[in-house]
Amino acid sequence: MTSVMNDVTAPTVGLDARRMSRAAEGAIAAVSLLLGISIPNLLGNGKWGWILIVAALSYVSLTYVGSRVLEDRRQATDRVMRATLTVAFVLVMLPLLSVTWTVIREGVSRFDGTFLGGTMRLTPEDLLAQREGFAAGGAFHAMVGTLIITGLAAAIAIPLGLLTAVYLVEYGRGRLARAITTMVDVMTGIPSIVAGLFAYALFVIIFGPGSRTGIAGGVALSVLMTPVVVRSAEEMLRLVPNELREASYALGVPKWRTILKVVIPTAVAGILTGITLAVARVIGETAPLLIAAGLAQETNVNPFDGRMTSLPVFTYYQYVQPGIPTEAGVERAWAAALMLVLIVAALFVLARVLANVLKPKGLR
Amino acid sequence: MMLDREITMRGSSVTDESTLPGDARPTSGANRGISVFDLNIYYGDFLAVADVSMEIEARSITALIGPSGCGKSTFLRSLNRMHEVIDGARVEGSVRLDGEDLYGSGVDPVAVRRRVGMVFQRPNPFPTMSIYDNVVAGIRLNSAKLRRAETDEIVERSLRGANLWEEVKDRLDQPGSGLSGGQQQRLCIARATAVEPDVLLMDEPCSALDPISTLAIEQLMLELKENFTIVIVTHNMQQAARVSDRTGFFNIAGTGKPGRLIEIDDTKRMFSNPTEQATQDYVTGRFG
Repeated sequence: MTSVMNDVTAPTVGLDARRMSRAAEGAIAAVSLLLGISIPNLLGNGKWGWILIVAALSYVSLTYVGSRVLEDRRQATDRVMRATLTVAFVLVMLPLLSVTWTVIREGVSRFDGTFLGGTMRLTPEDLLAQREGFAAGGAFHAMVGTLIITGLAAAIAIPLGLLTAVYLVEYGRGRLARAITTMVDVMTGIPSIVAGLFAYALFVIIFGPGSRTGIAGGVALSVLMTPVVVRSAEEMLRLVPNELREASYALGVPKWRTILKVVIPTAVAGILTGITLAVARVIGETAPLLIAAGLAQETNVNPFDGRMTSLPVFTYYQYVQPGIPTEAGVERAWAAALMLVLIVAALFVLARVLANVLKPKGLR
Repeated sequence: MMLDREITMRGSSVTDESTLPGDARPTSGANRGISVFDLNIYYGDFLAVADVSMEIEARSITALIGPSGCGKSTFLRSLNRMHEVIDGARVEGSVRLDGEDLYGSGVDPVAVRRRVGMVFQRPNPFPTMSIYDNVVAGIRLNSAKLRRAETDEIVERSLRGANLWEEVKDRLDQPGSGLSGGQQQRLCIARATAVEPDVLLMDEPCSALDPISTLAIEQLMLELKENFTIVIVTHNMQQAARVSDRTGFFNIAGTGKPGRLIEIDDTKRMFSNPTEQATQDYVTGRFG
């Protein structure tokens, strides 16, 4: 034994490796920021984008150099990776924050009672007021339209998607299941405008040429929504441990009841999150609704008769046909965008709350 | 066919039975023994277990031992048709419970599982349910409508039967997955016994538990055999020797070959003076 120990010729390395101090880490970050601000300005282009790029690049490279000097090679690699991930995270977060901030800043000026309660059926007095710079015109009809059309889409897509997912996970074997999986994948890739054309063509057969209705919009969105629901619900159902199914079977519970009472309740939190994502995915769709549901200037609550406007379509038209003066329409477009962002945000909060309430207890 | 009718009858009369105290409940008129004859179990084309014949005595504990992969778990799962859950699994031969063939043409596997309950290797309480709901899950999921007082009674009786009542009686509405591993396994036993099966199959019920929980489960098994026929698969030979009345030894000739029942006999004899040399080698630790 002792001879073996003596034969080991590796240098004795202490356990306390050299580490970069907190101060050095802070200095690197500060210098990168300084470089980021100064270099673009000195070169005569002090735009935000250049500042960010230079700061990010210098942060990663300075981290590497600093770590190689103060620490060892392994530490340097680790730090470079960490710096890259941090930079990537910041870059991803920036557009999100920027969009949110811009929408709030621009949208809040017309986010008033007239906007929330009114429609675009403008009286001559409204038009006069608008010309003189007063608030006129609203998006109430578009909010109602969005809720009805998205609700219809959800009412079609959620049962269809859930049942498909249950089939694929619990029953589907062999060729049919593989075919369905492929079809769902293909459906995920359908361009939204094609879904709109499909729904339009379908309802032209039923209601006659030129018909644009809320239900056509709902069907168009459900085509886009179903594959998302299938995919997410399928993932969640597959996560349910087989042991729970077996435990249920072993109690003499039939398969269908096992699925209904054990499998789905166990996966319900994830399924709900997936459904919310699917709703959020389609609630901002513009192109298919432009074709299938059309544009209306006032409130229409009957999805089977007449055109129905949704918030994205409203936003689009306020931008391309803003009226006089132009600012009035653009401001309404921003306010509608803000409304849409708020609805989606509310949906996410709702999904989180539901998932927390319904998630299996005791898993901590 | 007979089994079908009887099960339906039992299902609909759960209410009446469950109000009776433990020992006075009807015993389905039979002794609850299982006879297995010439059983071959396949996964697709692969023969996993071959030519098993054995008598499992009623109200006793039969232990199945043997090296990993020898098919004892597969065999156990064939006793309540649980192996059918896996695609392509099938069985040739017969398994008779009180003389009725569990694999008869008209027999519903769901009905079989109501009479032959199972406890698994890893405790698997339903995570969405409280302790209380877990115990009555078998009854509720089978859609029997019971009054609260009746389910209260079943819960208390089953949990007492599983030696868990004193530990959980103040937190029945808490989730079952918050219990310790040993408690969870006893909860699963309570859940399995709450539907009053004739037979209880246990697939390595203690392999995920510490020695103290194992002891609790073993004592519980000795109590349960008053009312149930118990078949247990175990890797722990001391456990087989401690709790079982009879022991069966399964072995496998090599990879890809089917598992076979080498010998089954009284536990004492199996561990002291078995007929087969392979059994002797296995129980004395010469291999495996």
